[in-house]
Amino acid sequence: MTAETVIGAVPAQAEFRTCQYTGLKVDTAAQALIKANAVAAVVFLAIGGLMGLLVALTRWPAVHLLPADWFYLILTGHGANVLLFWIIFFEMAVLYFASAILLNSRLAAPKLAWVGFVMMVVGAIATNVAVLQGDSSVMFTSYPPMKAQPHFYLGLILFAVGALIGCAIFFATLAIAKEEKTYEGSIPLVTFGALTAAIIAVFTIASGAIILIPTWLWSLGLINDIDPLMYKVVWWAMGHSSQQINVSAHVSLWYLTAALLVGAKPLSEKVSRTAFFMYILFLQLASAHHLLADPALDASWKIVNTSYMMYLAVLGSMVHGLTVPGAIESAQRKNGYNRGVFEWLRKSPWGHPAWAGMFLSLVFFGFIGGISGVVLGTEQLNVLMHNTIYVPGHFHGTVVAGTTLAFMGATYLVLPLVFEREILFPKLAKIQPYLFGIGAAGISLFMMGAGTLGVPRRHWDITFSDANLSFAHSAGAFLMMGLNGIFAIIAAIGGILFILVVVGTVFFGEKIKAGHKLTFPLHSGGGAAVSHYGSEKAPKLPGTIILVMIFFVCFVLYYFINWKYLSELWLFR
Amino acid sequence: MAVTPPEQRIWWNEPIERVELVWIVIAFLWGLFMFGFMIAWHFIGQQNLSKEAYRIAPSAYEAKVDEFAKKFTVREEQGIPVVKPKPGTDVYLLGRLWQWWPILELEKGVSYRIHLSSIDWQHGFSLQPVNINISVHPGYEHVISLTPTQSGEFGIICNEFCGIGHHTMTGKIYVTEQKRAEAEQRLAGGR
Repeated sequence: MTAETVIGAVPAQAEFRTCQYTGLKVDTAAQALIKANAVAAVVFLAIGGLMGLLVALTRWPAVHLLPADWFYLILTGHGANVLLFWIIFFEMAVLYFASAILLNSRLAAPKLAWVGFVMMVVGAIATNVAVLQGDSSVMFTSYPPMKAQPHFYLGLILFAVGALIGCAIFFATLAIAKEEKTYEGSIPLVTFGALTAAIIAVFTIASGAIILIPTWLWSLGLINDIDPLMYKVVWWAMGHSSQQINVSAHVSLWYLTAALLVGAKPLSEKVSRTAFFMYILFLQLASAHHLLADPALDASWKIVNTSYMMYLAVLGSMVHGLTVPGAIESAQRKNGYNRGVFEWLRKSPWGHPAWAGMFLSLVFFGFIGGISGVVLGTEQLNVLMHNTIYVPGHFHGTVVAGTTLAFMGATYLVLPLVFEREILFPKLAKIQPYLFGIGAAGISLFMMGAGTLGVPRRHWDITFSDANLSFAHSAGAFLMMGLNGIFAIIAAIGGILFILVVVGTVFFGEKIKAGHKLTFPLHSGGGAAVSHYGSEKAPKLPGTIILVMIFFVCFVLYYFINWKYLSELWLFR
Repeated sequence: MAVTPPEQRIWWNEPIERVELVWIVIAFLWGLFMFGFMIAWHFIGQQNLSKEAYRIAPSAYEAKVDEFAKKFTVREEQGIPVVKPKPGTDVYLLGRLWQWWPILELEKGVSYRIHLSSIDWQHGFSLQPVNINISVHPGYEHVISLTPTQSGEFGIICNEFCGIGHHTMTGKIYVTEQKRAEAEQRLAGGR
């Protein structure tokens, strides 16, 4: 089937403008869709982020802001708005950018793309309405037999189908670009990464449909019973895999930012692409690590699904953990920052918010999200922290300090390049990624600490003041939850600054005309200086080697510390 | 650059850098080790979650727990029976909105077959401050051989959201030291 049959025999009639910085042809239809999706993403980030702050302030024992029913309602909304709506709207923008714009192509079927967008908006609103009405506080996981209103599930289904349309448009655009020969050779690495994200998305959304459609029918009263364990097994094929879309997407953005700001070129296309490909092959299986503390699943099933296969996916991330800083180091050395081990790093554009967002995301995702994810995914160790607040600690490390921060950073490239606007508050923009990143990293670490001390997740009152049988957590646990609250405020300030800068820029930023200098110039000479060496010239990367070794030592130490904890528990088998 | 097509049309034949290759080998071996360690822990470790589970109707499970409690209740606390089962026997614990029922009194160093199930929503069995966390499902009876290694008073809290009273869902386990005479008798009896 050719691209023409996919989109109908319409000749290329798209309108283009030429980007004054990159020389790329920009399809104005794709540009409009990128803008719409990015704006929707930021709106849901604002709503979900505010909800997150309220959650953290309630979980801060000294503040304990919301009453219980509101807490559970807001917590449900927080999960849906940030984990799904913010991230997936932004990913749609990434897909359109990585296909139409990076490949110089027109976008396939822009009208259908708008239909998908509208479905996503309607779905997101329907789910939010259901949550705010107050009888759908079932949390992000929505485990039966706990039941939400039908429009809660229907909203999620609509949203997913809309996103599926976006993926289809992305695939069709790749086909068109190939057919119309808008580029030579293979697709760029960033587009390749986006392609892996889109393929994982298709699998994920299919799993979501398989479980959410019956659950929706059940909430309508058309099906009597949903087996809670079966629901969990299938739901997590969506629930965790959907987070791997984020990993593929934000790793692509690391490469994108490094390429645009310092002209970084992958050390080896083969290695980086294979690492992305491993996500497709193995990451879905890692979903099973949510079921390690469940009954009725065999130990060998758990081990096969969560471990060996998962470690091959972890290998993919560990490879990116070397190739991204490695590509940056070798580019910076070519840029002339060649003195000592770390001059390349010191002389990186730390004042550019896109750079700061990208690099902090790389570090926090690896050290906090990555290591804790492997520990959580280990069959026996999971019993130590299953369903404690360690779990949100882990995924705030991956999707907040990792994905969200990378997306925020990339937005500072989208504003001048796609919206063609000067950043409105450059000084605020400069500190924003640091504030948000440090806040998010703090939240993650302190939640992990509290979880190690036994604090449960999704819990309104860790003092158990209304409980018939009392129990008191250690003072350390209370300290951790207090620190979590403080860092949530720091992250929230970073989040508010982000919204302020982005919304301000979109509406009031000075329109960039030809020849106008950007407030944050792309690294001078970036790209040209480094586009001619190949991996066979084997650049020396002492800085990267040291960074990666520090990471590895932390990983090994933390892994064994947890086995030590485990060995001190009561005996069970 | 990563935003342009690869310079070599056939990028697959590009040689891999040594740094990359070494790191890939290290990361791969580490993954293999972590995989092996989980399997090894089934032999060298004493904390492995049981896979013994049965399908059971919630009402049938409730009846079993009631019968168990009736048989071994030694006193009451806050209207909840405190149950002291014979050492080494089957022990039933029930999760429901919003309590863990009944209160258990176990002996240190003795292995019990703990049965876990729920009669309504999903709950999370979280033994504190020991920090053993296990999911509890309605319709599934999970059997775990548990040996307390400390004595004292322990809390069970729920860590799976189960509605508005979730935060009040607690339970209790007392662990007592074995009386020396009883322990010796048991040893002499070939246990």
